Amino acid sequence: MHLINRHPDRPTRLLLVILPFALLLCAYFFGSAQRLADNPNDKLLPSAVQMTDAVKRMAFSEDKRSGGYVLWQDTASSLRRLAIGLGVSAVVGLCLGIAAGTLPLFGAPLSPLLVVLSMVPPLAILPILFIVFGLGELSKVMLIVIGITPILARDLEQRAREIPVELLIKAQTLGASTWALILRVVLPQLLPRLLISLRLVLGSAWLFLIAAEAIASEDGLGYRIFLVRRYLAMDVILPYVVWITLLAWLMDWGLKQLTRRAFPWYEGARS
Amino acid sequence: MSFIQVNNVWQQYGDHVVLEGLNLSIAEGEFCTLVGTSGCGKSTFLRLLLGQERASRGEILLDGQPLAAEPDPSRGVVFQRYSVFPHLSALDNVALGLELPRAPLLGRLFGQRKRAAREQAAALLHKVGLGHALDKYPAQLSGGMQQRLAIAQALIMKPRVLLLDEPFGALDPGIRKDMHALLLDLWRETRLTVFMVTHDLSEGFSLGTRLMVFDKVRVDPHAPYAYGARITYDLPLNSKRSEAQAALATSLASALQPILGLTP
Repeated sequence: MHLINRHPDRPTRLLLVILPFALLLCAYFFGSAQRLADNPNDKLLPSAVQMTDAVKRMAFSEDKRSGGYVLWQDTASSLRRLAIGLGVSAVVGLCLGIAAGTLPLFGAPLSPLLVVLSMVPPLAILPILFIVFGLGELSKVMLIVIGITPILARDLEQRAREIPVELLIKAQTLGASTWALILRVVLPQLLPRLLISLRLVLGSAWLFLIAAEAIASEDGLGYRIFLVRRYLAMDVILPYVVWITLLAWLMDWGLKQLTRRAFPWYEGARS
Repeated sequence: MSFIQVNNVWQQYGDHVVLEGLNLSIAEGEFCTLVGTSGCGKSTFLRLLLGQERASRGEILLDGQPLAAEPDPSRGVVFQRYSVFPHLSALDNVALGLELPRAPLLGRLFGQRKRAAREQAAALLHKVGLGHALDKYPAQLSGGMQQRLAIAQALIMKPRVLLLDEPFGALDPGIRKDMHALLLDLWRETRLTVFMVTHDLSEGFSLGTRLMVFDKVRVDPHAPYAYGARITYDLPLNSKRSEAQAALATSLASALQPILGLTP
């Protein structure tokens, strides 16, 4: 049978899903055990026990200096910045995308501008953000906003253009003004697409967040990783990376579920 | 007096002449079917009537007034595809036409007015045979049911002109028959003026009270776009049906005259 026609059945599929993760873990712990056997003070590949100790220290015991639980404080600060950044970007991106994609008079000046703006490397203007907005929360949120808004806006502009012109004409024959047409036809059709775009830019948003935290911050997941790097504390860094990955995956999954629940018509309409 | 008057209309895109010298006079309540080869300009003519495009030359008068230059509620339309809104249920698709003009700010009605709009929409959907599918999204409906929905959606506005751009082109022959019957019923009842573009000649003959054939009269093989299409045949059809309709209209008018004080 040709490879292209062979499909895994349910148990095989489950096995195939788990296999690469299991292999990665095995490879890691095998390497870790080897290095620790050679040198018990090795810091590069900490064992499961060392990492568990680090997690206990960071997440479940009070920090002597601040009196809080470091991992949870970091998580709360990072998620707050991320949520504000994503929220602002979503609203601004949606407005720009609809304006540029639906109204030709707005699209003419906006589209080329958005193309150029989306080419500016956000990290290159991070110093400008620190100079203009100071070292506080605002500059970190602004980095996320500046980094992903043009991408969202361009994607939504494209989706708005893909709405068949027949539908826009039909709405006008039903007595819609431009405003009502945007509100009742364009906006609802773009909302599920916005959630999908958000999932796609989630990775970039985390990148900008951690970059901003690494450079100027007093807490946050990215801040912590770059702080403990000085002591080669891989036993803290690795669980933090796993935690960030888990958070990002959960957000992605949550957005996917939200798309399906809130817009049941969307899957059917695409096919 | 003619309801729609087309005076020497030309349509060209750059050097590409699509329509040339169209002159027509259409009475209210006529069912015009437009046939012709692909690319001969019948859909272009429909877009002119819809207000989606403006004629390069000439004018189209509706009731003696120049046609509005953009789509508006006076002219309903059903396309072959993409006629209904995928994000709204069948009921909301039809109720939308009642909500949009009455709620300029939010585009939607609330409370009592919303209930009234939905009741009116539901009644129309029952009439076109979609009473069982009020809460379904268009993607859950078959092609024929989607077109029924599109027709209901257009009719809720009580337009004076209904424009149909190959509305049944993608349907099975059996379903198409049902749709023809539905369309004729609705046309008799509403006394709409209908323009229907079709590829199917027999459909054009059986439905219309007037069949117009679009074709190029002059062809220059070295400049295929130099000349546009004209209406080469303009045939009155199904005269019994149109006479019956006219007779009905006259008798109705004379019956109503003493009540309303109208002159026929």
